Amino acid sequence: MSCTQTIMDYGLRSIGIGERLLPRGDFTLCQQFTLIGSGMIWNVYFGILALIAGFLFATLLAVGKASHSPWTRQPAEWFIFLFRGSPLFIQFFFGYFLFLQLKQVLPIFAPFTAAWLGALVVLFLNTAAYSAEIFYGALQSIPKGDVEAADAYGLSGWPRFKRVIWPTMLRLAWPAYTNEAIFLFHATTLVFFSGFPAWQQRGDALYYASYFADKTFNPFIPYPILAGYFILLTLVVIGFFGLINRRLNRHLPSNTRQKIRVRPNLIR
Amino acid sequence: MACYLTTGKHMSIYWSVLTVLLLLAITAPTALAFGFAGASAARSRIAPLSWLGRGYVAVVRGVPDIAFFLFFVIALDQMIEWGRHKVLCPEWTDPIRQGNDFIVCQAAKMPLGNAPQWMHETYGFAIAVFTFAIVFGAFAANVLFGAMRAVPRAQLETAESYGMSPRQTFWRVLVPQMWVFALPGLSNLWMVLIKATPLLFLLGVEDIVYWARELGGTKTARFTDYPHGDWRMWYFLALLVFYLIFTRISEIVLGRLMSRLTRGQATTGGEQQRKAA
Repeated sequence: MSCTQTIMDYGLRSIGIGERLLPRGDFTLCQQFTLIGSGMIWNVYFGILALIAGFLFATLLAVGKASHSPWTRQPAEWFIFLFRGSPLFIQFFFGYFLFLQLKQVLPIFAPFTAAWLGALVVLFLNTAAYSAEIFYGALQSIPKGDVEAADAYGLSGWPRFKRVIWPTMLRLAWPAYTNEAIFLFHATTLVFFSGFPAWQQRGDALYYASYFADKTFNPFIPYPILAGYFILLTLVVIGFFGLINRRLNRHLPSNTRQKIRVRPNLIR
Repeated sequence: MACYLTTGKHMSIYWSVLTVLLLLAITAPTALAFGFAGASAARSRIAPLSWLGRGYVAVVRGVPDIAFFLFFVIALDQMIEWGRHKVLCPEWTDPIRQGNDFIVCQAAKMPLGNAPQWMHETYGFAIAVFTFAIVFGAFAANVLFGAMRAVPRAQLETAESYGMSPRQTFWRVLVPQMWVFALPGLSNLWMVLIKATPLLFLLGVEDIVYWARELGGTKTARFTDYPHGDWRMWYFLALLVFYLIFTRISEIVLGRLMSRLTRGQATTGGEQQRKAA
Protein backbone atom coordinates (compact mmCIF):
# COMPACT_ATOMS: atom_id res chain seq x y z
CA MET A 1 0.00 0.00 0.00
CA SER A 2 1.46 3.31 -1.02
CA CYS A 3 1.93 6.12 1.39
CA THR A 4 -0.56 8.40 -0.41
CA GLN A 5 -3.17 5.68 -0.01
CA THR A 6 -2.41 5.47 3.70
CA ILE A 7 -2.77 9.21 4.08
CA MET A 8 -6.09 9.08 2.19
CA ASP A 9 -7.29 6.29 4.48
CA TYR A 10 -6.05 7.47 7.83
CA GLY A 11 -5.39 11.19 7.48
CA LEU A 12 -8.71 12.11 9.06
CA ARG A 13 -9.22 8.87 10.98
CA SER A 14 -9.29 10.66 14.34
CA ILE A 15 -12.49 12.49 13.41
CA GLY A 16 -14.09 9.41 11.94
CA ILE A 17 -13.47 9.96 8.21
CA GLY A 18 -11.72 7.25 6.25
CA GLU A 19 -10.83 3.64 7.03
CA ARG A 20 -12.75 2.27 10.01
CA LEU A 21 -10.25 -0.35 11.19
CA LEU A 22 -6.90 0.71 12.55
CA PRO A 23 -3.91 -1.08 11.01
CA ARG A 24 -3.29 -4.36 12.82
CA GLY A 25 0.11 -5.72 11.91
CA ASP A 26 3.21 -4.83 9.88
CA PHE A 27 3.03 -1.18 10.81
CA THR A 28 4.85 1.04 8.34
CA LEU A 29 6.48 4.30 9.28
CA CYS A 30 4.02 6.06 7.02
CA GLN A 31 1.06 4.64 8.93
CA GLN A 32 2.51 5.78 12.22
CA PHE A 33 3.22 9.28 10.95
CA THR A 34 -0.24 9.58 9.41
CA LEU A 35 -2.27 8.30 12.34
CA ILE A 36 -0.36 10.20 15.01
CA GLY A 37 -0.61 13.31 12.87
CA SER A 38 -4.31 12.69 12.47
CA GLY A 39 -4.61 12.57 16.25
CA MET A 40 -3.00 16.00 16.44
CA ILE A 41 -6.30 17.39 15.10
CA TRP A 42 -7.80 16.76 18.52
CA ASN A 43 -4.89 18.31 20.39
CA VAL A 44 -5.17 21.44 18.28
CA TYR A 45 -8.96 21.52 18.64
CA PHE A 46 -8.85 21.24 22.45
CA GLY A 47 -5.98 23.67 22.73
CA ILE A 48 -7.38 26.45 20.56
CA LEU A 49 -10.95 26.40 21.87
CA ALA A 50 -9.90 26.14 25.52
CA LEU A 51 -7.41 28.97 25.02
CA ILE A 52 -9.93 31.35 23.47
CA ALA A 53 -12.68 30.68 26.00
CA GLY A 54 -10.18 30.52 28.86
CA PHE A 55 -8.67 33.86 27.91
CA LEU A 56 -11.98 35.71 28.32
CA PHE A 57 -12.87 33.99 31.58
CA ALA A 58 -9.33 34.47 32.92
CA THR A 59 -9.58 38.23 32.38
CA LEU A 60 -12.79 38.28 34.39
CA LEU A 61 -11.25 36.17 37.15
CA ALA A 62 -8.12 38.30 37.34
CA VAL A 63 -10.14 41.50 37.64
CA GLY A 64 -12.30 39.77 40.24
CA LYS A 65 -9.30 38.67 42.28
CA ALA A 66 -7.79 42.15 42.11
CA SER A 67 -10.97 43.91 43.19
CA HIS A 68 -11.48 45.20 46.70
CA SER A 69 -14.92 43.75 47.28
CA PRO A 70 -14.72 40.38 49.07
CA TRP A 71 -17.82 39.23 47.17
CA THR A 72 -15.90 39.05 43.93
CA ARG A 73 -12.44 38.46 45.36
CA GLN A 74 -13.19 35.39 47.47
CA PRO A 75 -14.89 33.28 44.74
CA ALA A 76 -12.16 34.15 42.25
CA GLU A 77 -9.43 33.23 44.74
CA TRP A 78 -11.11 29.93 45.58
CA PHE A 79 -11.65 29.04 41.96
CA ILE A 80 -8.02 29.70 41.13
CA PHE A 81 -6.79 27.73 44.14
CA LEU A 82 -9.09 24.82 43.35
CA PHE A 83 -7.88 24.41 39.79
CA ARG A 84 -4.23 25.25 40.35
CA GLY A 85 -3.89 23.21 43.52
CA SER A 86 -5.11 19.89 42.20
CA PRO A 87 -3.74 17.70 39.41
CA LEU A 88 -5.37 18.13 36.02
CA PHE A 89 -5.46 14.36 35.76
CA ILE A 90 -7.74 14.10 38.78
CA GLN A 91 -9.83 17.00 37.48
CA PHE A 92 -10.46 15.08 34.27
CA PHE A 93 -11.50 12.00 36.19
CA PHE A 94 -13.72 13.93 38.54
CA GLY A 95 -15.25 15.92 35.70
CA TYR A 96 -16.04 12.78 33.74
CA PHE A 97 -17.75 11.01 36.61
CA LEU A 98 -19.55 14.17 37.64
CA PHE A 99 -20.98 14.49 34.15
CA LEU A 100 -21.92 10.79 34.21
CA GLN A 101 -23.95 11.37 37.37
CA LEU A 102 -25.54 14.55 36.09
CA LYS A 103 -26.51 12.75 32.90
CA GLN A 104 -28.70 10.38 34.87
CA VAL A 105 -30.56 13.29 36.39
CA LEU A 106 -30.64 15.62 33.42
CA PRO A 107 -30.34 14.09 29.94
CA ILE A 108 -29.11 17.45 28.69
CA PHE A 109 -25.67 16.56 30.11
CA ALA A 110 -25.27 13.57 27.78
CA PRO A 111 -22.85 15.31 25.36
CA PHE A 112 -20.68 16.34 28.31
CA THR A 113 -19.68 12.72 28.92
CA ALA A 114 -18.01 12.68 25.51
CA ALA A 115 -14.48 13.98 25.29
CA TRP A 116 -15.14 16.65 22.67
CA LEU A 117 -17.25 18.69 25.07
CA GLY A 118 -16.61 17.36 28.59
CA ALA A 119 -12.82 17.43 28.39
CA LEU A 120 -13.02 20.80 26.70
CA VAL A 121 -14.96 22.19 29.68
CA VAL A 122 -12.39 20.83 32.15
CA LEU A 123 -9.49 22.19 30.09
CA PHE A 124 -11.24 25.53 29.76
CA LEU A 125 -11.72 25.89 33.53
CA ASN A 126 -8.17 24.73 34.17
CA THR A 127 -6.49 27.11 31.77
CA ALA A 128 -8.74 29.93 32.93
CA ALA A 129 -7.45 29.44 36.48
CA TYR A 130 -3.78 29.31 35.44
CA SER A 131 -4.08 32.31 33.08
CA ALA A 132 -6.05 34.26 35.68
CA GLU A 133 -3.15 33.91 38.10
CA ILE A 134 -0.76 35.21 35.41
CA PHE A 135 -3.08 38.13 34.56
CA TYR A 136 -3.56 38.90 38.25
CA GLY A 137 0.21 39.12 38.69
CA ALA A 138 0.36 41.47 35.69
CA LEU A 139 -2.47 43.62 37.05
CA GLN A 140 -0.52 43.99 40.29
CA SER A 141 2.58 45.17 38.45
CA ILE A 142 1.01 47.79 36.19
CA PRO A 143 3.16 50.91 36.65
CA LYS A 144 1.46 53.41 38.93
CA GLY A 145 2.31 56.21 36.50
CA ASP A 146 0.19 54.65 33.74
CA VAL A 147 -2.90 54.65 35.91
CA GLU A 148 -2.21 58.17 37.16
CA ALA A 149 -1.76 59.37 33.61
CA ALA A 150 -5.12 57.85 32.68
CA ASP A 151 -6.70 59.64 35.64
CA ALA A 152 -5.12 62.89 34.55
CA TYR A 153 -6.69 62.49 31.11
CA GLY A 154 -10.07 62.16 32.78
CA LEU A 155 -10.43 58.46 32.02
CA SER A 156 -12.14 56.33 34.62
CA GLY A 157 -14.12 53.17 34.96
CA TRP A 158 -14.64 51.14 31.80
CA PRO A 159 -12.77 53.46 29.37
CA ARG A 160 -9.77 53.49 31.65
CA PHE A 161 -9.80 49.72 31.90
CA LYS A 162 -10.28 49.21 28.18
CA ARG A 163 -7.72 51.71 26.97
CA VAL A 164 -5.01 51.69 29.63
CA ILE A 165 -5.17 48.90 32.18
CA TRP A 166 -6.16 45.98 30.00
CA PRO A 167 -3.60 46.55 27.21
CA THR A 168 -0.84 47.07 29.77
CA MET A 169 -1.89 43.94 31.62
CA LEU A 170 -1.72 41.91 28.41
CA ARG A 171 1.62 43.40 27.52
CA LEU A 172 3.13 42.49 30.87
CA ALA A 173 1.54 39.06 31.01
CA TRP A 174 2.21 38.00 27.45
CA PRO A 175 5.54 36.12 27.83
CA ALA A 176 4.16 34.10 30.73
CA TYR A 177 0.88 33.59 28.92
CA THR A 178 2.74 32.17 25.91
CA ASN A 179 4.21 29.55 28.19
CA GLU A 180 0.77 28.80 29.57
CA ALA A 181 -0.51 28.27 26.03
CA ILE A 182 2.31 25.81 25.34
CA PHE A 183 1.56 23.90 28.54
CA LEU A 184 -2.09 23.80 27.62
CA PHE A 185 -1.34 22.14 24.31
CA HIS A 186 0.78 19.60 26.13
CA ALA A 187 -1.96 19.03 28.67
CA THR A 188 -4.41 18.11 25.93
CA THR A 189 -2.59 14.77 25.66
CA LEU A 190 -4.03 13.76 29.02
CA VAL A 191 -7.61 13.80 27.76
CA PHE A 192 -7.91 10.25 26.48
CA PHE A 193 -5.83 8.80 29.30
CA SER A 194 -8.28 9.91 31.96
CA GLY A 195 -11.91 9.00 32.29
CA PHE A 196 -13.00 10.19 28.89
CA PRO A 197 -13.27 7.24 26.50
CA ALA A 198 -12.05 7.43 22.93
CA TRP A 199 -15.21 6.64 21.03
CA GLN A 200 -14.63 4.33 18.03
CA GLN A 201 -10.88 4.68 18.61
CA ARG A 202 -10.96 8.33 17.63
CA GLY A 203 -8.23 9.59 19.89
CA ASP A 204 -5.57 12.22 20.03
CA ALA A 205 -1.93 11.95 19.02
CA LEU A 206 -0.78 10.30 22.24
CA TYR A 207 -3.64 7.82 22.05
CA TYR A 208 -2.41 6.57 18.68
CA ALA A 209 1.24 6.72 19.71
CA SER A 210 0.58 4.49 22.70
CA TYR A 211 -1.57 2.25 20.48
CA PHE A 212 1.45 1.66 18.27
CA ALA A 213 3.78 1.28 21.23
CA ASP A 214 1.46 -1.34 22.74
CA LYS A 215 1.07 -3.26 19.51
CA THR A 216 4.69 -3.25 18.41
CA PHE A 217 6.16 -3.24 21.92
CA ASN A 218 8.66 -0.75 20.52
CA PRO A 219 8.47 2.73 22.04
CA PHE A 220 11.40 4.05 20.05
CA ILE A 221 9.40 4.91 16.92
CA PRO A 222 5.94 6.29 17.84
CA TYR A 223 7.00 8.49 20.78
CA PRO A 224 9.76 10.32 18.92
CA ILE A 225 7.24 10.92 16.10
CA LEU A 226 4.84 12.36 18.66
CA ALA A 227 7.63 14.46 20.12
CA GLY A 228 8.44 15.80 16.67
CA TYR A 229 4.84 16.82 16.08
CA PHE A 230 4.67 18.57 19.44
CA ILE A 231 7.89 20.45 18.88
CA LEU A 232 6.43 21.68 15.58
CA LEU A 233 3.21 22.69 17.32
CA THR A 234 5.18 24.49 20.02
CA LEU A 235 7.12 26.41 17.38
CA VAL A 236 3.89 27.45 15.67
CA VAL A 237 2.43 28.63 18.99
CA ILE A 238 5.58 30.60 19.80
CA GLY A 239 5.55 32.18 16.35
CA PHE A 240 1.91 33.19 16.57
CA PHE A 241 2.17 34.55 20.11
CA GLY A 242 5.35 36.35 19.12
CA LEU A 243 3.41 38.22 16.43
CA ILE A 244 0.80 39.31 18.97
CA ASN A 245 3.60 40.27 21.34
CA ARG A 246 5.10 42.49 18.64
CA ARG A 247 1.73 44.15 18.12
CA LEU A 248 1.18 44.69 21.84
CA ASN A 249 4.59 46.29 22.23
CA ARG A 250 4.63 48.24 18.97
CA HIS A 251 4.76 51.65 20.72
CA LEU A 252 7.88 50.79 22.69
CA PRO A 253 11.45 51.30 21.47
CA SER A 254 12.77 47.96 20.31
CA ASN A 255 15.40 47.54 23.02
CA THR A 256 12.92 47.73 25.91
CA ARG A 257 10.53 45.14 24.54
CA GLN A 258 10.07 41.95 26.48
CA LYS A 259 11.17 38.92 24.57
CA ILE A 260 9.28 35.68 24.78
CA ARG A 261 11.46 32.97 26.22
CA VAL A 262 10.40 29.39 26.42
CA ARG A 263 10.79 27.87 29.82
CA PRO A 264 10.67 24.11 30.31
CA ASN A 265 7.20 22.72 30.47
CA LEU A 266 5.74 21.52 33.73
CA ILE A 267 2.97 19.13 34.51
CA ARG A 268 -0.18 20.48 36.01
CA MET B 1 -20.91 2.85 56.60
CA ALA B 2 -17.87 3.09 58.84
CA CYS B 3 -17.65 -0.67 58.64
CA TYR B 4 -17.85 -0.64 54.85
CA LEU B 5 -15.07 1.89 54.54
CA THR B 6 -12.66 -0.42 56.41
CA THR B 7 -12.99 -3.53 54.25
CA GLY B 8 -9.89 -5.20 52.87
CA LYS B 9 -10.06 -3.41 49.56
CA HIS B 10 -10.54 -0.09 51.24
CA MET B 11 -7.47 -0.75 53.31
CA SER B 12 -5.51 -1.02 50.05
CA ILE B 13 -6.55 2.48 49.02
CA TYR B 14 -5.23 3.79 52.32
CA TRP B 15 -1.99 1.90 51.74
CA SER B 16 -1.77 3.33 48.26
CA VAL B 17 -1.73 6.81 49.77
CA LEU B 18 1.46 5.66 51.48
CA THR B 19 2.73 4.47 48.09
CA VAL B 20 2.29 7.98 46.77
CA LEU B 21 4.04 9.52 49.76
CA LEU B 22 6.86 6.97 49.47
CA LEU B 23 7.25 7.83 45.81
CA LEU B 24 7.51 11.51 46.68
CA ALA B 25 10.03 10.80 49.44
CA ILE B 26 12.27 8.75 47.16
CA THR B 27 11.85 10.75 43.97
CA ALA B 28 12.51 14.22 45.35
CA PRO B 29 16.12 13.59 46.45
CA THR B 30 16.85 11.38 43.43
CA ALA B 31 15.56 14.00 41.02
CA LEU B 32 17.58 16.63 42.86
CA ALA B 33 20.70 14.51 42.44
CA PHE B 34 19.95 14.06 38.72
CA GLY B 35 19.36 17.78 38.43
CA PHE B 36 22.60 18.60 40.21
CA ALA B 37 24.53 16.27 37.95
CA GLY B 38 22.82 17.72 34.88
CA ALA B 39 23.43 21.32 35.90
CA SER B 40 27.07 20.79 36.78
CA ALA B 41 27.58 18.90 33.52
CA ALA B 42 26.01 21.78 31.60
CA ARG B 43 28.47 24.18 33.25
CA SER B 44 31.43 21.95 32.53
CA ARG B 45 34.32 23.26 30.45
CA ILE B 46 34.68 19.91 28.71
CA ALA B 47 32.56 20.36 25.59
CA PRO B 48 30.99 16.88 25.23
CA LEU B 49 30.01 16.84 28.91
CA SER B 50 28.48 20.29 28.57
CA TRP B 51 26.53 19.19 25.48
CA LEU B 52 25.31 16.16 27.37
CA GLY B 53 24.02 18.30 30.23
CA ARG B 54 22.45 20.89 27.97
CA GLY B 55 20.96 18.22 25.76
CA TYR B 56 19.41 16.47 28.76
CA VAL B 57 17.70 19.70 29.84
CA ALA B 58 16.70 20.66 26.32
CA VAL B 59 15.21 17.29 25.44
CA VAL B 60 12.50 17.64 28.04
CA ARG B 61 11.41 20.97 26.58
CA GLY B 62 8.76 21.07 23.93
CA VAL B 63 7.38 17.59 24.50
CA PRO B 64 4.40 16.58 26.67
CA ASP B 65 5.67 14.96 29.85
CA ILE B 66 3.11 12.23 29.85
CA ALA B 67 4.69 11.00 26.61
CA PHE B 68 8.01 10.79 28.45
CA PHE B 69 6.44 8.74 31.19
CA LEU B 70 4.86 6.31 28.78
CA PHE B 71 8.07 6.13 26.76
CA PHE B 72 10.53 5.63 29.58
CA VAL B 73 8.62 2.87 31.29
CA ILE B 74 8.83 0.60 28.27
CA ALA B 75 12.21 1.84 27.13
CA LEU B 76 13.89 1.33 30.52
CA ASP B 77 12.39 -2.12 30.89
CA GLN B 78 13.61 -3.14 27.45
CA MET B 79 17.03 -1.64 28.00
CA ILE B 80 17.51 -3.58 31.23
CA GLU B 81 16.34 -6.82 29.68
CA TRP B 82 18.47 -6.26 26.61
CA GLY B 83 21.53 -5.63 28.77
CA ARG B 84 20.95 -8.74 30.85
CA HIS B 85 20.31 -10.71 27.69
CA LYS B 86 23.68 -9.73 26.25
CA VAL B 87 25.48 -10.70 29.43
CA LEU B 88 23.59 -13.82 30.46
CA CYS B 89 22.85 -15.48 27.15
CA PRO B 90 25.76 -14.85 24.79
CA GLU B 91 25.02 -18.02 22.82
CA TRP B 92 21.55 -16.79 21.78
CA THR B 93 21.59 -16.06 18.03
CA ASP B 94 17.99 -15.15 17.18
CA PRO B 95 17.26 -11.44 16.78
CA ILE B 96 15.62 -9.84 19.78
CA ARG B 97 13.05 -7.91 17.79
CA GLN B 98 11.05 -10.46 15.84
CA GLY B 99 8.37 -8.49 14.06
CA ASN B 100 6.20 -7.08 16.79
CA ASP B 101 7.74 -9.11 19.61
CA PHE B 102 10.57 -8.37 21.94
CA ILE B 103 12.12 -11.69 22.87
CA VAL B 104 14.93 -12.27 25.33
CA CYS B 105 16.05 -15.53 26.88
CA GLN B 106 14.33 -16.77 30.03
CA ALA B 107 17.25 -15.98 32.33
CA ALA B 108 17.26 -12.33 31.23
CA LYS B 109 13.62 -11.67 32.09
CA MET B 110 13.22 -8.92 34.64
CA PRO B 111 12.00 -9.86 37.17
CA LEU B 112 12.40 -13.61 36.66
CA GLY B 113 9.26 -15.35 35.50
CA ASN B 114 9.04 -17.40 38.68
CA ALA B 115 9.59 -14.47 41.04
CA PRO B 116 6.93 -13.81 43.65
CA GLN B 117 4.26 -11.16 43.15
CA TRP B 118 5.88 -8.57 45.42
CA MET B 119 9.02 -8.65 43.31
CA HIS B 120 7.00 -7.68 40.26
CA GLU B 121 5.34 -4.85 42.14
CA THR B 122 8.60 -3.55 43.57
CA TYR B 123 10.24 -3.72 40.17
CA GLY B 124 7.37 -1.74 38.64
CA PHE B 125 7.60 0.80 41.42
CA ALA B 126 11.37 1.14 41.01
CA ILE B 127 10.97 1.76 37.28
CA ALA B 128 8.34 4.38 38.03
CA VAL B 129 10.61 6.14 40.53
CA PHE B 130 13.44 6.12 38.03
CA THR B 131 11.21 7.58 35.31
CA PHE B 132 10.01 10.34 37.60
CA ALA B 133 13.59 11.06 38.61
CA ILE B 134 14.74 11.36 35.00
CA VAL B 135 11.93 13.72 34.00
CA PHE B 136 12.02 15.85 37.12
CA GLY B 137 15.80 15.75 37.16
CA ALA B 138 15.72 17.69 33.90
CA PHE B 139 13.46 20.32 35.44
CA ALA B 140 15.64 20.50 38.53
CA ALA B 141 18.74 20.76 36.35
CA ASN B 142 17.24 23.76 34.65
CA VAL B 143 16.43 25.43 37.97
CA LEU B 144 19.87 24.71 39.44
CA PHE B 145 21.61 25.84 36.26
CA GLY B 146 19.80 29.17 36.52
CA ALA B 147 20.63 29.42 40.22
CA MET B 148 24.31 28.75 39.57
CA ARG B 149 24.34 31.58 37.05
CA ALA B 150 22.58 33.88 39.52
CA VAL B 151 25.42 33.68 42.00
CA PRO B 152 27.25 37.03 41.63
CA ARG B 153 30.21 36.75 39.31
CA ALA B 154 32.37 38.74 41.73
CA GLN B 155 32.12 35.94 44.29
CA LEU B 156 33.67 33.46 41.87
CA GLU B 157 36.33 35.93 40.77
CA THR B 158 37.27 36.52 44.38
CA ALA B 159 37.60 32.78 44.90
CA GLU B 160 39.83 32.53 41.84
CA SER B 161 41.99 35.39 42.99
CA TYR B 162 42.52 33.54 46.27
CA GLY B 163 44.06 30.80 44.17
CA MET B 164 41.26 28.25 44.41
CA SER B 165 41.10 25.67 41.65
CA PRO B 166 37.91 25.46 39.58
CA ARG B 167 36.84 22.43 41.61
CA GLN B 168 37.33 24.25 44.90
CA THR B 169 35.52 27.33 43.59
CA PHE B 170 32.61 25.17 42.59
CA TRP B 171 32.25 23.27 45.86
CA ARG B 172 33.24 25.93 48.37
CA VAL B 173 31.77 29.10 46.86
CA LEU B 174 29.25 28.38 44.15
CA VAL B 175 27.29 25.47 45.62
CA PRO B 176 26.69 26.91 49.11
CA GLN B 177 25.46 30.21 47.67
CA MET B 178 23.20 28.94 44.94
CA TRP B 179 20.53 27.35 47.14
CA VAL B 180 18.76 30.55 48.04
CA PHE B 181 18.44 31.38 44.35
CA ALA B 182 17.26 27.88 43.58
CA LEU B 183 14.63 27.58 46.29
CA PRO B 184 11.73 29.39 44.57
CA GLY B 185 12.18 27.23 41.50
CA LEU B 186 12.62 24.07 43.53
CA SER B 187 9.53 24.69 45.64
CA ASN B 188 7.58 25.26 42.47
CA LEU B 189 8.96 21.96 41.26
CA TRP B 190 7.84 20.21 44.44
CA MET B 191 4.29 21.43 43.84
CA VAL B 192 4.47 20.13 40.30
CA LEU B 193 5.83 16.81 41.54
CA ILE B 194 2.91 16.43 43.91
CA LYS B 195 0.52 17.07 41.08
CA ALA B 196 2.31 14.58 38.85
CA THR B 197 1.86 11.65 41.21
CA PRO B 198 -1.50 10.55 39.78
CA LEU B 199 0.41 9.69 36.62
CA LEU B 200 1.74 6.69 38.54
CA PHE B 201 -1.50 5.11 37.55
CA LEU B 202 -0.42 5.21 33.93
CA LEU B 203 2.82 3.47 34.80
CA GLY B 204 0.95 0.45 36.03
CA VAL B 205 1.45 1.00 39.76
CA GLU B 206 -1.67 0.35 41.81
CA ASP B 207 -1.93 3.82 43.29
CA ILE B 208 -4.81 5.85 44.59
CA VAL B 209 -6.25 6.64 41.18
CA TYR B 210 -6.35 2.92 40.40
CA TRP B 211 -8.15 2.09 43.62
CA ALA B 212 -10.56 4.98 43.32
CA ARG B 213 -11.63 3.66 39.95
CA GLU B 214 -11.79 0.10 41.21
CA LEU B 215 -13.76 0.74 44.37
CA GLY B 216 -16.08 3.43 43.16
CA GLY B 217 -17.06 1.70 39.99
CA THR B 218 -19.59 -0.98 39.39
CA LYS B 219 -17.87 -3.76 37.50
CA THR B 220 -20.60 -4.08 34.94
CA ALA B 221 -23.78 -2.15 34.84
CA ARG B 222 -25.95 -5.02 36.10
CA PHE B 223 -23.81 -7.36 38.16
CA THR B 224 -22.19 -5.27 40.79
CA ASP B 225 -19.61 -6.39 43.31
CA TYR B 226 -20.25 -3.45 45.53
CA PRO B 227 -23.26 -2.49 47.59
CA HIS B 228 -23.66 0.85 45.89
CA GLY B 229 -23.99 2.44 42.49
CA ASP B 230 -21.39 4.44 40.69
CA TRP B 231 -19.51 6.20 43.46
CA ARG B 232 -16.41 7.02 41.49
CA MET B 233 -17.36 10.68 41.50
CA TRP B 234 -17.14 10.75 45.30
CA TYR B 235 -13.88 8.84 45.41
CA PHE B 236 -12.35 11.29 42.98
CA LEU B 237 -13.77 14.19 44.93
CA ALA B 238 -11.94 12.78 47.97
CA LEU B 239 -8.73 12.58 45.93
CA LEU B 240 -9.20 16.16 44.77
CA VAL B 241 -9.56 17.34 48.35
CA PHE B 242 -6.54 15.25 49.39
CA TYR B 243 -4.37 16.92 46.78
CA LEU B 244 -5.70 20.39 47.62
CA ILE B 245 -4.85 19.95 51.29
CA PHE B 246 -1.46 18.51 50.48
CA THR B 247 -0.67 21.45 48.20
CA ARG B 248 -1.81 23.96 50.79
CA ILE B 249 0.35 22.41 53.53
CA SER B 250 3.36 22.36 51.22
CA GLU B 251 2.78 26.00 50.33
CA ILE B 252 2.79 27.01 53.98
CA VAL B 253 5.86 24.95 54.88
CA LEU B 254 7.85 26.14 51.87
CA GLY B 255 6.86 29.74 52.55
CA ARG B 256 8.28 29.45 56.07
CA LEU B 257 11.44 27.80 54.76
CA MET B 258 11.92 30.55 52.21
CA SER B 259 11.56 33.32 54.75
CA ARG B 260 14.02 31.46 57.00
CA LEU B 261 16.59 31.14 54.22
CA THR B 262 16.32 34.71 52.94
CA ARG B 263 17.04 36.12 56.37
CA GLY B 264 20.19 38.19 56.12
CA GLN B 265 20.70 37.55 52.39
CA ALA B 266 21.60 40.41 50.08
CA THR B 267 18.49 39.88 47.97
CA THR B 268 15.28 41.86 47.59
CA GLY B 269 13.49 39.45 49.91
CA GLY B 270 16.17 39.77 52.57
CA GLU B 271 16.10 43.54 52.27
CA GLN B 272 12.32 43.59 52.74
CA GLN B 273 12.63 41.44 55.86
CA ARG B 274 15.25 43.79 57.22
CA LYS B 275 13.03 46.82 56.65
CA ALA B 276 9.97 45.15 58.13
CA ALA B 277 11.83 44.17 61.29
